[in-house]
Amino acid sequence: MNTLVWKAGGWLVLAALAFMAMALAADGGFAVHMGIIMAACLIGLWVTVSKADYGAIARGIINTPVDQGVYDDDPIRWSVIATLFWGMAGFAAGLYIALQLAFPALNLGSEYTTFGRLRPLHTSAVIFAFGGNALIATSFYVVQRTCRARLAFPGLARFVFWGYQLFIVLAATGYLLGITAGKEYAEPEWYVDIWLTIVWVSYAAVFIGTIAKRSEPHIYVANWFFLAFILTVAMLHLVNGLAMPVSLLGAKSYSAFSGVQDALTQWWYGHNAVGFFLTAGFLGMMYYFVPKQAERPVYSYRLSIIHFWSLIFLYIWAGPHHLHYTALPDWAQTLGMVFSIVLWMPSWGGMINGLMTLNGAWEKIRTDPIIRMMVIALAFYGMSTFEGPMMSIKAVNSLSHYTDWTIGHVHSGALGWNGMITFACLYYLVPRLWGRQRLYSLRMVNWHFWLATFGIVLYAAAMWVAGIMQGLMWREYGADGYLVNSFTEVVTAMFPMYLIRALGGLMYLAGAIIMVYNVWMTIAGKQRDEKSMTETPHNVDADKPIVAQPAE
Amino acid sequence: MNYEDLRQFADSWGLLFMALLWLGFALWTFRPGAGRHHDDAAQMIFRDEEPGRTNTDTSEVRGNIKGDFDNG
Repeated sequence: MNTLVWKAGGWLVLAALAFMAMALAADGGFAVHMGIIMAACLIGLWVTVSKADYGAIARGIINTPVDQGVYDDDPIRWSVIATLFWGMAGFAAGLYIALQLAFPALNLGSEYTTFGRLRPLHTSAVIFAFGGNALIATSFYVVQRTCRARLAFPGLARFVFWGYQLFIVLAATGYLLGITAGKEYAEPEWYVDIWLTIVWVSYAAVFIGTIAKRSEPHIYVANWFFLAFILTVAMLHLVNGLAMPVSLLGAKSYSAFSGVQDALTQWWYGHNAVGFFLTAGFLGMMYYFVPKQAERPVYSYRLSIIHFWSLIFLYIWAGPHHLHYTALPDWAQTLGMVFSIVLWMPSWGGMINGLMTLNGAWEKIRTDPIIRMMVIALAFYGMSTFEGPMMSIKAVNSLSHYTDWTIGHVHSGALGWNGMITFACLYYLVPRLWGRQRLYSLRMVNWHFWLATFGIVLYAAAMWVAGIMQGLMWREYGADGYLVNSFTEVVTAMFPMYLIRALGGLMYLAGAIIMVYNVWMTIAGKQRDEKSMTETPHNVDADKPIVAQPAE
Repeated sequence: MNYEDLRQFADSWGLLFMALLWLGFALWTFRPGAGRHHDDAAQMIFRDEEPGRTNTDTSEVRGNIKGDFDNG
């Protein structure tokens, strides 16, 4: 009973502190955020008081010992649902801002719904909320299964999940309120950054703690990738987030760096957020779930280790390619370009390793839509890790930079690689986590696959055309040395491409809606009565011996 | 230490150190006997599917759900 009182009192004190910070806030946005934190504390208080096992307390049972012989899957189940929820929010926001580009009236004349505020909402929702929750779910699942050990620090693991959701809510509402540090993919302000640091260190503690108590002597390679992702993101976040707040009770802060140093720090962060959050972490998924779904070991374990070390050693230097033809010293630009091109090799090594895992089981691409999703994810991983190095070459970059080609490149990686591998992993996980025999419907997975694939193709193709056209129109000079096209003319020319892009986004969203329904019905324990994905043909007429016919 | 010194260290000894480190990690996977170890590591993720080794939580959960069905 004593601990319960302390816990409830702690929540109340935190809520009171948040209330005071709200009352004394220097600006409205900070006040709203403190209000959200107060609400979170009160929810915590309510859960503590209402969910307590009073019977056990009365009987004097302090702590029921957990069964170490069972995996701790509750935080994983929550993260799977959060992945789907934030995915829907992020995809819908993306479709909406894509339509805003085609029809500016959709900005609705309100500061809260402008493209400038909704765009970071979209990028953070898909990368950090959808992708982040998928990474938490899969990393906790994989580390337990490959270490054959129950998750370390169960309380901390639950804190990681809920703390991360609070971070997402604070970040997303902040963008709408106009609170931003102005750094791409690192927009949250200083106090949200500090909160994320606490959550992230807890995440690292749970992951490393589980590895430390493993029963398997060898640490499976997927965990290497997850660990690199967790540690590197911590480092990137801490350095790029260094800032001085204007006031202790206000949202605004100023970066510790200025000028080109700030730009380089930001893109060292930004590119490695791609390299370690969206690549290393998702490769951790790939190295566990592709072999599991294909029911055969990874093509070459040695290659997976070389893939790991090469990726880790090279990626960290590639950031300067975001700053070609800027005030950044020329040697640094060239360094970024060279490392980006060298990165092509480990990336393709990893792609080949994943694809060749299917060697001898290629028919699964025809019969298993989950394998099909994994294969297309790897194909897009290969495609975007070829496109990226190509675009980092200065001569190509002079055409592609600041155009929609970059947007197309990012989306072929994010929708194709991250999205597809996440969907495949969720389809793998849901029946296992909820103890169902199989998914509600495999045919719906197939529908999801084709909708998403056509959506990406429309998206990427539209953005290639738009980007290259944009780049060429921008730098077209007339005979007398003037620019031929005005900015508005370029925008007008891209209208059809913007429509095609929005259509692609709509198809991708439609596929995801089918997924939500499919997962929902699977969790509800239903199985759809449907034709199986493959049938071996049997020709009754031909199934008889040939009898020699006399010549006529 | 000024900018020039740091930069010269980075593109000489620093670069050499990182390159050797990478080479060491890569070559280590080719050491004699590594192949057997790698095969074993690659197969490790399938061990939880072998019946009778240890029970995974999936079977536990399935057992519970079956129980729920049995009760009505």
